[in-house]
Amino acid sequence: MTQLARKKIAKLERLAELAAVHANEGGESLWREAFRRLRHNPAAIVGAVILGIFVLVGFVGPFLVPFSPTQTGLGFVSEAQNIIPGPSAQHWFGLDHQARDEFSRMVVGARQTLLVGVVATAFGLFFGCLIGGLAGAAYGLGGKRGRSLDNVLMRFIDMLLAMPGLLLAVSIVALLGPSLTTVMIAVGFVSIPTFARLLRGSMIAQANAEYVVAATSLGVGRRKIALSHILPNSVAPVLVQATLTLATAIIEAAGLSFLGLGNPDPATAEWGAMLTDALARFEFAPRLAFYPAVGIIITALGFTLLGEAMREALDPKLRK
Amino acid sequence: MALLNVEDLTVVFGGKDRADVRAVDGVSFEVRAGEVIGLVGESGCGKSVTSLALMGLLPPKGNKVTGKAIFDDGVNLLSTDQRTLRDMRGREIAMIFQDPLSSLNPVVPIGVQVTEVLARHRGMTGERARKEAEALLDRVGIPDPRRRLKEYPHQLSGGMRQRALIAMAVACRPRLLIADEPTTALDVTIQAQILELLKELVHQDGTAMIMITHDLGVVAGLCDWINVLYAGRVVETASRHSLFAQPTHPYTHGLLASIPRLDSVRGDRLNPIPGSVRDLLPWVEGCAFAPRCERVLESCVEGPPALVGGAHAYRCVNPFGADS
Amino acid sequence: MMRFIVRRLLQLIPTLLGLSILLFLWLHRLPGGPETAILGERATPASRAAIRKSMGLDDPLIVQYGRFLKQLLRGDLGNSLNEKRPVLDLFLERFPGTIELTVTAMIIAIGLGIPLGYLAAKRRATWLDHLSVGASLAAVCTPIFFLGYLIKALFAVNLGWFPTFGRQDTTIDATRVTGFYVLDGIMTQEWDAALDAMHHLVLPGLTLASVPLAIIVRMTRASVLEVLGEDYVRTAEAKGLTERRIRGRHVLRNAMLPVVTVIGLLTGGLLSGAVLTETVFAFTGIGQFAAQAIDNRDYPVMMGFILIIAVVYVLVNLIVDISYSLIDPRVRVR
Repeated sequence: MTQLARKKIAKLERLAELAAVHANEGGESLWREAFRRLRHNPAAIVGAVILGIFVLVGFVGPFLVPFSPTQTGLGFVSEAQNIIPGPSAQHWFGLDHQARDEFSRMVVGARQTLLVGVVATAFGLFFGCLIGGLAGAAYGLGGKRGRSLDNVLMRFIDMLLAMPGLLLAVSIVALLGPSLTTVMIAVGFVSIPTFARLLRGSMIAQANAEYVVAATSLGVGRRKIALSHILPNSVAPVLVQATLTLATAIIEAAGLSFLGLGNPDPATAEWGAMLTDALARFEFAPRLAFYPAVGIIITALGFTLLGEAMREALDPKLRK
Repeated sequence: MALLNVEDLTVVFGGKDRADVRAVDGVSFEVRAGEVIGLVGESGCGKSVTSLALMGLLPPKGNKVTGKAIFDDGVNLLSTDQRTLRDMRGREIAMIFQDPLSSLNPVVPIGVQVTEVLARHRGMTGERARKEAEALLDRVGIPDPRRRLKEYPHQLSGGMRQRALIAMAVACRPRLLIADEPTTALDVTIQAQILELLKELVHQDGTAMIMITHDLGVVAGLCDWINVLYAGRVVETASRHSLFAQPTHPYTHGLLASIPRLDSVRGDRLNPIPGSVRDLLPWVEGCAFAPRCERVLESCVEGPPALVGGAHAYRCVNPFGADS
Repeated sequence: MMRFIVRRLLQLIPTLLGLSILLFLWLHRLPGGPETAILGERATPASRAAIRKSMGLDDPLIVQYGRFLKQLLRGDLGNSLNEKRPVLDLFLERFPGTIELTVTAMIIAIGLGIPLGYLAAKRRATWLDHLSVGASLAAVCTPIFFLGYLIKALFAVNLGWFPTFGRQDTTIDATRVTGFYVLDGIMTQEWDAALDAMHHLVLPGLTLASVPLAIIVRMTRASVLEVLGEDYVRTAEAKGLTERRIRGRHVLRNAMLPVVTVIGLLTGGLLSGAVLTETVFAFTGIGQFAAQAIDNRDYPVMMGFILIIAVVYVLVNLIVDISYSLIDPRVRVR
C-alpha cells in the first residue's frame, strides 16, 4: 500500500471518528434532548405561550386593572328588564349582573384560577408521590414485607380510583365544608391516585432496568439506589402528569362551582364561579359566560398542549 | 428466460427535513424459474429494502423507488398499481419474514391466518379451506395439525411459528418466494431444519426463491446464484460454486473468513463504521468498503469502482487473485 | 372462563369492603356527626340526643360499623332527608334515565370515536388528522356544563330542533313498564313516545359523549398507528389480503385492546359528567338527583350515590376485563 493511500485512509478514519463524536452529541442527556425537541414542537410553543400570558396576567394583572373586581354599581343593570351593559370604551368586556367591571374580574380571576390549579396540583403531587414512592420503593427493594406494604397501599389507591373524580371532590367538600381551601384540597385529592400509580409504576419499571441491576451487583446500597438512580428517572412522567393535572384541576374546580360547592364568597372573582353565575343568565347575556369559559378552555388547552408535548419529548419510543 | 428481472433498482429514503439516504443504489439481478438466488450482506446493506420494494410493501410515504422489476415478462412490480400487486402477493409472489412471533397476529388463531390466504386467492371457504390448511401444516412438518389450527401463535414454539408462516407463504404455490432472514430469530438446531424444509418445498413445487441473509453459511447449501450487497450496491455476483471457490471482493472474502470460527464473535472485525456522514452517499467518494478494507489502495477512494468481470462479476479495483 | 369471572368477583370484595369503611367514616366525620346526616342541620338538640341514643352512636365504632354494614347488605341505604323515603327506592326510580343517557353517550362516543380515530391514523398528518386531534383536545378542555348550555342554546332554544329539558314531552301520555322510556315505548308499541324519548336523549347524550368521544378518538388513533407498524400487518399485506380484511381482522382487532381498557376507565368520568349534564338538561336521572342532594346537603342520598356509582364502576370494569380476555387469547391462558 502506498503512502498516499494510508493518508487517505487516515482521513477517512478521522471522518468516521468525527461522525461518531457527532452521534454522541446527539445522545446528550435525556433532559437536554427532551428540551431541544420541545422547542421544535409547535404544540409545545403554543402551549408555553398561552401559559406564559396566563401566568403574567395572573401575577401582574391585578395591579393594572382599571376597576376593583368587587366594586359594584358601575352602571345601570336590571335583570328583570334584561339590561346588562355590553362592552364599551370604558368597560372593555362590559359589566356583569352586579354592575361590576367584567374585564377587571377576568384579569383578577386569572390569578385565583391559577392559585387553585397550582395549589391543588401541588397537594395531589405531594401526597400521590409520597404514597406511590413508598409503594414503589417497598415493591422494588423491600422483599416480602415490602410487597405486602405495596399491596395494602395500592388497594387503597384502587379504592379511590373506583370513585369518579368529581364525586370524590364533592364528598370531601361535604366533609370539610365549602371554602377556598376545601376546594383546593378536594381537587388535589382527586389526583392523588393518578400520581401514586404513575410514580410506583415507573419506579418498578426503573428498578428492573439494567443500570439498577448493575448498581446492585456493584454493591451500592438499596437506599442509595432508590434515591440516586430510581427516583430521578421516574420523575419525568410525574412532571408530565402534573402539567396535565393542572388542566383538569381548573376544569374540576369549575365543576364544583357549578354544583354550588365552590368558594362560598360570591364577591371573589374566580372563573368557575363567574361561569356558573353567568349560565343562569345565558339566554340574554351569553357573553358573560363566554369570557370565563374561553378563559378556562384556553388555559386548560395550554397546560394540555404543553403536557402532551412533554410526554412526546420524553417518550423513548418516539425518540429518533 | 427470467422469471424476475430486476434492473437498476434504487430506493431513496427522504423527507422534508431529512437528507436523502440511498438505501438501495442501482441493484440489478435476475431470478430464473425454479432457481434459488441469495442476497447476502450485513444489516443496512439494503437487502431487506430490496425485497420490500419488490413486494410493494415499503411505506407509502418518505421513499422513492426507481428502476424496473419485470415479473414473468409482464408486470413491472415497481410501477404497477396496488390492486394488481394485491392480487399477485400471496399467489404469485410470497414472502417469509425474519421474526415469526411478531409476524403472526397474536389474537388470531393459526388456522384463520392460513385459511384467509386460501379464501383470498383460491376461493376456498369453510370445511374445504380447513382441510387444505390442515394439509398445509402437515406439509411444513407441524405435528397434530388439526389441533394446531385452533391455537394461537403464543402457544407455538419458535420453529413451529416459522413453519406456520411458511405454510401461509406456500399455500397458493407461488412462483417466487422471498425469504427475508427466515432463520435468524431461531435456535441453531432449528435453523437447519427450516432451511431443509424450504429447500424441499421449492424443489417439489418448482418455486423460485430469493434467500436474503447475512450468513454465507445459509446460502452455501441452498442457492444457485449469489449476490453480495454492500451499502446498497451489488459488490460481487457469481454462481455458488464460483463464489465459494474464488471469492474475489475483499468484503466477500471477509464474510467467508468469518464463517467457520463459531467461537469468535461474528462480524466483530466487520463492525459497521459509526456515524452518518458517509452513510448518506456512501459511494460518491469512492468504494464504500474502503475504510474497512485491508486491501485498500489509493485508487479505491478516487471514484466509485464499476462492476467488472464476466459471469463472475465484482466491484473492486484490487480484488483477491489480482496480486502480483 | 367461569373460573376467571368468579375469581374476579371475589377480588372485588376487599375493594367494596374498604369503600364501605371509607363511607362509614365519611358519614361519621361529617360536620355535626351522623345525626346531622339523618336529621339535617336544623335539628333540635333534643332530637339529636334522641337519635344518638336510638342509633347507638355511643357504642364503639366497630360495633357501629358492623350495624352499618349489615344495613348496607340488606340494601338499606337509609332515608332521604328531603323526601323522607328510602334512598334505594329513590335511586331505582331514577336509574333507568341515567342508564339510557349514559348508554346513548357511549354509543355516540364509540360509534364515532373508533372510525374517526382509525381514519385519523390512516391519514396521518392530513387535515382530517389535525382536525380530529385538535377537536378532541378542545373537547377535554371544555367544562362539560358549559358545553351543555352551548348545545342547548344553539340546537334547542335557537334552532328549536330538540326539546330543551326532561325525558319526555308532558303532552305525551305514555304507559310506563320498565322506566326505560325508549324501551317502554317500543314494548307497548307507542312509537310516538319512544321517538319522543329518543329525541330528548340526543342533546344530553351528545354533551355527555364529548369527553369520552375525544379520549376514544385519540386512543384509537395512537393505538392504530402503533399496530399499523407491526410486523403482522406487513405479513397480512404480503399475503395479498384485501384492505378491508386487513383493517377488520388484523388492525382494528389488535388496536381495540387498549381502547377497551380506556372505555372501562371512562365510566367513572361518564357518571360524574351525568351529574352535570342531567342538571343542565333537567333530565330526571340519578345524576340530577345527586346534584339536588348536594345542594340540599342530603347526606344519605349523597352516600348512596357514591356507593352505587362505585359498584357500577367496578362492575363495568369487570365486564371490560372479560371482554378483554375475549379479544386477546394471551390473557385467557393465565
